[in-house]
Amino acid sequence: MGQVKSLADLRKIKEDLQGKMSLRENSNNPESLVQIRVAMATCGIASGAKQVMEFFIEEFDKRNIQAVVTQTGCMGYCFAEPTIEVTLPGQAPVVFGYVDTKKADDIIEKYVKNGELVDGIIPVNYETIEKK
Amino acid sequence: MSKYKMHVLVCGGTGCHASESDQLLEDLKTIVTEKGLDSEVQVIATGCFGFCEKGPIVKIMPDNTFYTQVTPADAREIVDEHLIKGRKINRLLYVDPENQEHIADSKHMGFYKKQLRIALRNCGFIDPENIDEYISRDGYEALAKCLTEMTPQQVIEEMKKSGLRGRGGGGFSTGLKWEITSKSVSDVKYVVCNADEGDPGAFMDRSILEGDPHSVIEAMAICGYCIGSSIGLVYIRAEYPLAIDRLKTAIAQAREYGLLGNNVLDTGFAFDLELRYGAGAFVCGEETALIHSMEGLRGEPTVKPPFPSVSGYYGKPTNVNNVETFANVPVIINKGADWFASIGSENSKGTKVFALAGKINNVGLIEVPMGTTLREVIYEIGGGIKDGKKFKAVQTGGPSGGCLTEKHLDSPIDYDNLIAAGSMMGSGGMIVMDEDDCMVSIAKFYLDFTVEESCGKCAPCRIGNKRLYEILDKLTQGKGTREDIDSLRNLSHVIKDTALCGLGQTSPNPVLSTIENFWDEYIEHVDEKKCRSGQCKALLQYIIEPENCVGCTACARNCPVNAIYGERKGVHVIDQVTCIKCGACLEKCKFNAVFIK
Repeated sequence: MGQVKSLADLRKIKEDLQGKMSLRENSNNPESLVQIRVAMATCGIASGAKQVMEFFIEEFDKRNIQAVVTQTGCMGYCFAEPTIEVTLPGQAPVVFGYVDTKKADDIIEKYVKNGELVDGIIPVNYETIEKK
Repeated sequence: MSKYKMHVLVCGGTGCHASESDQLLEDLKTIVTEKGLDSEVQVIATGCFGFCEKGPIVKIMPDNTFYTQVTPADAREIVDEHLIKGRKINRLLYVDPENQEHIADSKHMGFYKKQLRIALRNCGFIDPENIDEYISRDGYEALAKCLTEMTPQQVIEEMKKSGLRGRGGGGFSTGLKWEITSKSVSDVKYVVCNADEGDPGAFMDRSILEGDPHSVIEAMAICGYCIGSSIGLVYIRAEYPLAIDRLKTAIAQAREYGLLGNNVLDTGFAFDLELRYGAGAFVCGEETALIHSMEGLRGEPTVKPPFPSVSGYYGKPTNVNNVETFANVPVIINKGADWFASIGSENSKGTKVFALAGKINNVGLIEVPMGTTLREVIYEIGGGIKDGKKFKAVQTGGPSGGCLTEKHLDSPIDYDNLIAAGSMMGSGGMIVMDEDDCMVSIAKFYLDFTVEESCGKCAPCRIGNKRLYEILDKLTQGKGTREDIDSLRNLSHVIKDTALCGLGQTSPNPVLSTIENFWDEYIEHVDEKKCRSGQCKALLQYIIEPENCVGCTACARNCPVNAIYGERKGVHVIDQVTCIKCGACLEKCKFNAVFIK
């Protein structure tokens, strides 16, 4: 992408991205993909988030599931690293803690495929600036 | 895709567990299966909701019903009424303490409004290495707005009106600092971001840089525009390699987009960023020491004035702000000073990020509006004290702060209240302590840190803190006297009054606040040579209860210093002079004959 020259340019980029991001924010598009976000701050990586992220990318590929796996910063649940957030199409995001590759396998088989929750859910309890 | 239509989430945190949430979970599962709903409804235990005061908690998805104080006896009603007939059970709903209304949807619960994420708005949400994701969340819009629609003075006025105060500890008005630097006349000025996070237990700055580096870059550019600077420097400790990497990536992306460089957003405004690495000295969080360290000199503070805003980096006007302070700036510009000032308490606006650590269940990062009480933070967000123990104190402000006790639980947290209570905001570390912590030892721990980190330039800090440490050590050895406590007090006040910089001026705070709030414990250490929490090993005595001892010799065989003697099948005795209090005898005794006095 080229240089951003003005506020209008910036807003245009934002609009272009909005479609893509809204999948992630609202997941209200039934055709959209499974979204997985892995918390990759120092604390997460130290507890194995990198391996977990690689595992998800490889396994979704192997098991032929359409999904987007991205990294993000610290979600704040340091007691339960590595943490991931899974958003199934049309559903509210669910945060899972203590995710090792075994738990990741469980999450793919049970939650992603069947919508069956697995242990280690972290209830999210904060407000965002959009709502305020 | 999903075959389950409903999920019943039962809190499995320690607090709820203690009030029979496991039984409740089992009962719910049994009844759901009994009714043949198990293919449609899934019952599962979750992590702690944080709201342990009202536990056990049951949440039903997807309708977001939030039931509080649910007992196993309620299980059948939940299944029959809610899951089968779809009727919510009023008496189990959370009651709003303000208007006594039953709240059905958890999104409207006050408890969800306890946390508000402003500085952490993008942390854990966007990919920090992708500038597009930042832009799609209003990123760089504040900068564009400032450059094209506002004069520097207007931006400064907006910052002043917002009431934002420095999040690094001191709490100086950010807008005022910008104004002072903007008025200094010079050919070159600098914007510095203080990312030298040194308080034990605080890691919000690292998390922001790792999770949302662009917010800091954008804010620094805005600051540059306001004060008339074209160079920003981020002073970051080398121990934060990931934060450094992400920041470098972010800077490169911003340059590529023309959001940093000679012609930002095609407005002619020039601003670029460089990194400076610190070696992780606590004193380098002090702005003058930080600047000296960046200049390649020893990280030692100098007397203020002159303040950095007049004469800083290489003698040029320099505006130093903390990471979290910067992270708030774009939101203030986008949503307006009035919006920001509507959050928080009278003299402390906005939110504060705290790093919860110590004996608390939900260790982690939280962000709450200023004025939230300690009780709310610990019991409604932090999930309460570990293992159901009793709360004793919370240490805020790191080595510069003090310990707050039960009597402070209900006072709102803001800059002024914390100082009035003998502590300070600091960068936002919150270390929670329970009944097993010895407050004299805690004071000693912090003094140990300060002695290690003192730069040694001024005598009060270099010598005074060392003496404080020695006296505290004497107390924990059981060799202290009442005069020692007086000396602690006097010396503390002298250090506070005479030390050169913030480090020394605040280093006696842990001592003073523990003396103030835990006088009994100090007296016990001195008069009774007793440590009630059993942390001061020198004050413990391992004793063998003759009635329980069968003479098995297990203790004597395992004692590393041969301090236990006695005949086989006869009562054993511990020689207190030789005993090193390792506890091996207590661990090995199968007859509960060894105890601690």
